[in-house]
Amino acid sequence: MITFIQFLITGLRLGSVYALIALGYTMVYGIIKLINFAHGDFIMVGGYALFFTIPVMMSLGIPGWLAVVPAIIICACVGMLVELLAYRPVRKTGNNLTCLITAIAMSFVLENLAQAIPSIGPDPKVPYTLFSKTYSIGGVAVSQATIITVLVSAVIMVALYLFTQKARIGCAMRCVSEDKEAATLMGINVNHTIIITFGIGAGLAAVAALMYIAQYPKVYTTMGATLGIYAFVAAVLGGIGSLPGAMLGGMLIGIVQSGANTYISSSMSDTFVYLILIVVLMLRPAGILGKNVGEKV
Amino acid sequence: MKKTNIKARYLINFAALVLLFSAAVVMGVMGGSTMKLKITPSIWQCSYLIIMAASLNLVLGFLGQLSLGHCGFMAVGAYAAALISLAFQRTGFYTEKAGAAFLLVLLISIVAAGLTAALLGLLVGIPALRLKGDYLAIITLGFGMIIVNVINNLPFCGQQGLSQGSASSALYATGLGFSNDEKMSYLWVAVLMIILCMTCMFMFVRSKYGRAIRAIRDNEIAASASGINVSYYKVLTFTISAFFAGITGALYACCNAALATSSFSFTNGSILNSVFIVVMVVVGGMGSLTGSVIAAVVLFLLNYTIKNGAWVSALPAFLQNVFTYPMLVYSLALIVVIMFRPKGIMGSREFSLCDIPRWPGRIKAFFKARTAGKAAQKEAKSHV
Repeated sequence: MITFIQFLITGLRLGSVYALIALGYTMVYGIIKLINFAHGDFIMVGGYALFFTIPVMMSLGIPGWLAVVPAIIICACVGMLVELLAYRPVRKTGNNLTCLITAIAMSFVLENLAQAIPSIGPDPKVPYTLFSKTYSIGGVAVSQATIITVLVSAVIMVALYLFTQKARIGCAMRCVSEDKEAATLMGINVNHTIIITFGIGAGLAAVAALMYIAQYPKVYTTMGATLGIYAFVAAVLGGIGSLPGAMLGGMLIGIVQSGANTYISSSMSDTFVYLILIVVLMLRPAGILGKNVGEKV
Repeated sequence: MKKTNIKARYLINFAALVLLFSAAVVMGVMGGSTMKLKITPSIWQCSYLIIMAASLNLVLGFLGQLSLGHCGFMAVGAYAAALISLAFQRTGFYTEKAGAAFLLVLLISIVAAGLTAALLGLLVGIPALRLKGDYLAIITLGFGMIIVNVINNLPFCGQQGLSQGSASSALYATGLGFSNDEKMSYLWVAVLMIILCMTCMFMFVRSKYGRAIRAIRDNEIAASASGINVSYYKVLTFTISAFFAGITGALYACCNAALATSSFSFTNGSILNSVFIVVMVVVGGMGSLTGSVIAAVVLFLLNYTIKNGAWVSALPAFLQNVFTYPMLVYSLALIVVIMFRPKGIMGSREFSLCDIPRWPGRIKAFFKARTAGKAAQKEAKSHV
């Protein structure tokens, strides 16, 4: 029983991180129908930003976790730059396929550029450990990081949902994702909206990076690649383009992964994650909560 | 301009291929240390890169569907070939890597690798190709990951690999893995495989099947309305593509002393991964097999000179760092190509020897069109 609860808690924690990342994937896909492969690498950018800013914050006497604020700003800037320099020019000339390939290339650019910068370098770095306390509730060990991760991602999720439903910019986002031409006619600046979406998505990746390194204190240049792919699978699973779907998908992937780790074999957990993805895509191609849009001739 | 007779074109191209093949045979016999240490291993590497890029081009360029798990099929082919060759060795069918018996085993393992991969391609393709676009890309990525993950966990071919001990020693000592000398003497196999596979793919693309899949790429609904069985052709192309990917796996097993699943993953630091093959196809031109050949060779040479060239160490420190991770250079190149020439180097044209005499005229026409375009722009501006 304790193993079961423990695995559930691990799953929820992993799932919350995936969900945060998946939100970024889903928002960008919803608005420009592009799988932003570089999104995983925004986490890496966030990770390194935290690695460099946490010691500065501590030496100034500010709590270390507040380093997430500069990290969010850096990540959002990188996200917007990627959209401005790579995606927008390609979107003008190319089709869906060329955009997708650009996204893949962009992810490589970020990863390898980071490796080429001397102070970041190819070797993994160990950041300062945050939230290291552990509570024991009835024999089950729950770390402070777990509680904070689950709470923060739930709060962000709700806030983001309210933002897209109520705020002016949020409404503009939904409008652009539904119909770009109509949005332009309604006086919405489409490019402006897209770039804000990229900024928010990348900012969420920075928060995810904080949660992730609180649990696994190591940053390296390819950390975003695997993390990004899991989160992306989560976004697809929940129905890409839907915010609650991303949350649901993230939790599901986290629980499946930790279940496979606990009960079957840690080296096979990848297979189960992708197997679930394939089964869901076969049965409901648009994902669990996704809308199935018919094709117009 | 006189149109070249189609028979003459076939003859010229056939003669060129025979020349190429005999050159390879002669090169393999003559030998020499540069040849042994540099050129032959390069040709072996090129052989699988070329066929790999061309086989993905069938799916990506001609069928218009993005597959991100293509290296999974290559992994299956590589492991199938390695295991079969080891099995033959255990039964005592051949003892040294020479002679008719070994040649037969080589042939069997190449064909078997292709067939295993094709079977898997069929199994993956039937469910996967119901989806399209982004979703197909994701699901093929998933399948590729599963294939590599499962191979990793199979007791007889995983990381501990190829029954007892590490995969490397077993494969090199007794299985397919060639030493530099054997690569020389079997150089003709690599060149022959390039020629055979490319010819088969050309014939496929030029046949009625090729026309059908191009129709599907251009407009799926219109294609199915004119009586093309869309899902049949999709699965067929996917299977054929997987077949050739399997063959490249066998070639990979031949020219590497060790097999590790990490070489077939979605991304890794080396030149061979599912993403890099996509890069080759896009740079070469989606829908041009000769474009894939050119791109594979060019990118291989680029990789080779970056890794081994003396000019890299002459660069300033930061640039040197950049070139230590050549993927950065490739991906920037890819973005630039996509921005300024989305069709790739060759577009959907094919390179043909018979077209060379027409090049001066074409180049002239190109510049004429450009200057005319510029003049028109100027005129338009002056009117404003």
